[in-house]
Amino acid sequence: MDFASFLIQTLNSLQYGLLLFLVASGLTLVFGIMGIINLAHGSFYMIGAYLAFVLTSATGSLFAALALGIPLALAFGALLEWALFSHLYKRDHLEQVLLTYGLILIFEELRSLLVGDDVHGVDIPAIFSASIPLSDVLSYPVYRLVISVVCIVLAVALYFVIQRTRLGMMIRAGNHDRVMVEALGININMIYRVVFALGVALAALAGMLAAPISSVFPNMGSHVLIISFVIVVIGGIGSVWGALVAALIIGFVDTFGKVLIPELSGMVVYVVMAVVLLWRPEGIFKKG
Amino acid sequence: MTDTHHAALLVAERITRRFGGLLANQDVCLTLERGKLHALLGPNGAGKSTCINMLSGDLPPSSGQIRYQGRDITGLTAAQRSQVGIGRSYQRTNIFPKFTVLENVRLAAQSRRQQPWRIFSQAMKQQWAIDKALACIDEAGLAGRAERTAGILSHGEQRQLEIAMVLATDAQVLLLDEPLAGMGSDESARMVEVLRRLRETRAILLVEHDMDAVFAVADTITVMVNGQVLESGPPAQIKASIAVQEAYLGQEDTFHV
Amino acid sequence: MRYDLVLKLAAVGGLALVPLSGADFYTELIAKTLVLAIFAMSLDLLVGYTGLVSLGHAAYFGIAAYTVALMSPKYEAASLWLTMPAAVGAAALAALVIGVFVLRTKGIYFIMVTLAFAQMAFYAFHDTPLGGGSDGIYVNMKPTAEIAGFMPFDLDNPTHLYYFILAMLVLVYLFVGRVLQSPFGRVLVGIKSNEHRMQSLGYVTFRYKLAAFALAGGLGGIAGYLYAVVFGFVTPELLSWHQSGNVLLMVILGGMGNLVGAIAGAFAFVAMQEVFSAWTKHWQLAMGLVIVAAVLFLPGGLSAIPARIKRALQGGSAND
Repeated sequence: MDFASFLIQTLNSLQYGLLLFLVASGLTLVFGIMGIINLAHGSFYMIGAYLAFVLTSATGSLFAALALGIPLALAFGALLEWALFSHLYKRDHLEQVLLTYGLILIFEELRSLLVGDDVHGVDIPAIFSASIPLSDVLSYPVYRLVISVVCIVLAVALYFVIQRTRLGMMIRAGNHDRVMVEALGININMIYRVVFALGVALAALAGMLAAPISSVFPNMGSHVLIISFVIVVIGGIGSVWGALVAALIIGFVDTFGKVLIPELSGMVVYVVMAVVLLWRPEGIFKKG
Repeated sequence: MTDTHHAALLVAERITRRFGGLLANQDVCLTLERGKLHALLGPNGAGKSTCINMLSGDLPPSSGQIRYQGRDITGLTAAQRSQVGIGRSYQRTNIFPKFTVLENVRLAAQSRRQQPWRIFSQAMKQQWAIDKALACIDEAGLAGRAERTAGILSHGEQRQLEIAMVLATDAQVLLLDEPLAGMGSDESARMVEVLRRLRETRAILLVEHDMDAVFAVADTITVMVNGQVLESGPPAQIKASIAVQEAYLGQEDTFHV
Repeated sequence: MRYDLVLKLAAVGGLALVPLSGADFYTELIAKTLVLAIFAMSLDLLVGYTGLVSLGHAAYFGIAAYTVALMSPKYEAASLWLTMPAAVGAAALAALVIGVFVLRTKGIYFIMVTLAFAQMAFYAFHDTPLGGGSDGIYVNMKPTAEIAGFMPFDLDNPTHLYYFILAMLVLVYLFVGRVLQSPFGRVLVGIKSNEHRMQSLGYVTFRYKLAAFALAGGLGGIAGYLYAVVFGFVTPELLSWHQSGNVLLMVILGGMGNLVGAIAGAFAFVAMQEVFSAWTKHWQLAMGLVIVAAVLFLPGGLSAIPARIKRALQGGSAND
């Protein structure tokens, strides 16, 4: 592998890992704070991608699609939490699995009814459609760099929200001790709703950003869901920092695995998970 | 009886447990002898639960050593300690609520002769385990309750069931975490009788808040405060101790000695 | 007790009459349902009796199915007596190895990790030349029951195949029922009720859970084997997480910790699938709505419905 293609694969790894982080961070927060296992989280990624397709077709611009899609995703998340997930907090994991499995079926069929089962593409916005030449034959698309930058900005923003704001303080407290948060007179239901909506919006945003490079297709959420589970397992439930590190590890392992050992590429990320399980069954960044 | 009858069965030497920066137990030393009942006293938060958890293997000590009949067992898990002869009951009733009393105790008895590969034999045809279970149910004072569902027993009976389960594991050391908690005075008196009988052939560590009961049955009392042993000795010594009185005077639940 | 036995015998008798009706469509549909019922019972051993919520049980179903496909020569029939133990053994072995990893976790982690390992198995057949890619492999010839020139039955004959599957169902039911009566089975149920207490009673629960995991994998393998024989082809979809989700659904539909319930759950699942798909192409929408409504409005699960109706009726009659 020459340096240019190595550089390209490294950038791809970063971009893929960061995108996965957007999905996994919401998943791990919902796990860690609310104790809910949400199989439908991958569907939010799928919904985001289809929103990007539908809204870009309607408005002619991915930016407009993002501007409309993100508030829609937030509202959708808040609505779902209010209507369904708020009833699951005191139920056992099995019922959570069951309900969210049912939701996947519903979301996929609604997608099929409303948009159909075809594969669609979304155009890269014109101003990002260029490529940066790296060698005589190789170049790197600007749009992928933009995705990485957006994800990094969001990761930093998430860090500040969690570490520095009152909401973040509540999130961290809720993460550790639900009873204490309630004793402080904080409205835990509000925190749950905000966190859940945030998680939905992040996953949907990841889907919207990915739409132009991965295309938009049925069941695209399930692969992302399972990879996100792997990330949460490696990073430790509830740890956003762990999710970031694990997402980057998976991004690199998966990308380089596809290049170096293509016939085993589907399996390598799971091998990494297996090793982590032997070493630290509760994840690398499990809070003591 | 012979000298070994009174030999130290379980010895904890300077066991310490840290939770982050907090020292929950610091250099605690305890000796449990066969035929003796050793009571562990102390105000809430003194570290009694941490201590019993370290002895039973539910919590690994940060430092220190635990020996059973001279053998270092500090690194053994709870299951392994049960197999060497240390049994415990829990502060919060810890049983199989949907099983019958007999099945609760039979499972405990079965743990001494595990034959997991015999998947075609029938558990209810292993007469030895059933006989053992019934004997332990009697010994714990639950005669006639064998067929009841454990979850619907009275609180006091559930505590007795816990004792029966520990007995069925042939435990030589019994670690009993507040077996009298929440009991009425009749139930309490019955349990004290049971404890007296059990002590004859075993070593018992009793964590308890009921002072009357403790001073009635204990051979040795260790008082813990802030994770450390404040004083240890026969009941008369503890009663007379000024340090113990002072420690308890500062507490809400002052005990009357 | 007796009454119970009579009902069960009547049920088996009723199932035995199905091929005599001559309705080939229903015979095949019920054969498929019986295979799923075996699959559901194997998962119930984990979920309902040991308290291990596995969302990756399809892996063992699929591994057994692929084993028979890979062992079958293209133009001749493989031996039933060779391929079946091999397929079941492969599934049990895979479960044993995966169990060592997944059983280091608990709760939500366990659910996620079982799913992830099943996905790993999925890719093992999907991506490698071994499994024939996403198209899968055909089992052109059904395995033969011939042994030393003697042919006790012929799996090419749909009626024989049906009775073979029914016999396997009864055997698996009796086997699991018997195992649950054994000291080993009692320990599993104890682990489900209170694993921590089992440990403090001196049981190394990990070993029991691992044995249960491997056993359930092997039994799931029986179902996978039969599936491959009935349908004559295998694809990676057999290991997909939808398959794992569906079998979990069957177990829950029938009420966990109840072998007859697991069988009933498989029938209910197939019935729902048939009814909804006859009604709309988007039958999974109806299925999803039923599931969501069931969780929201029936906290005890669908199996609690009879008790609820009874209570409602009794309440009603008391008011009359």
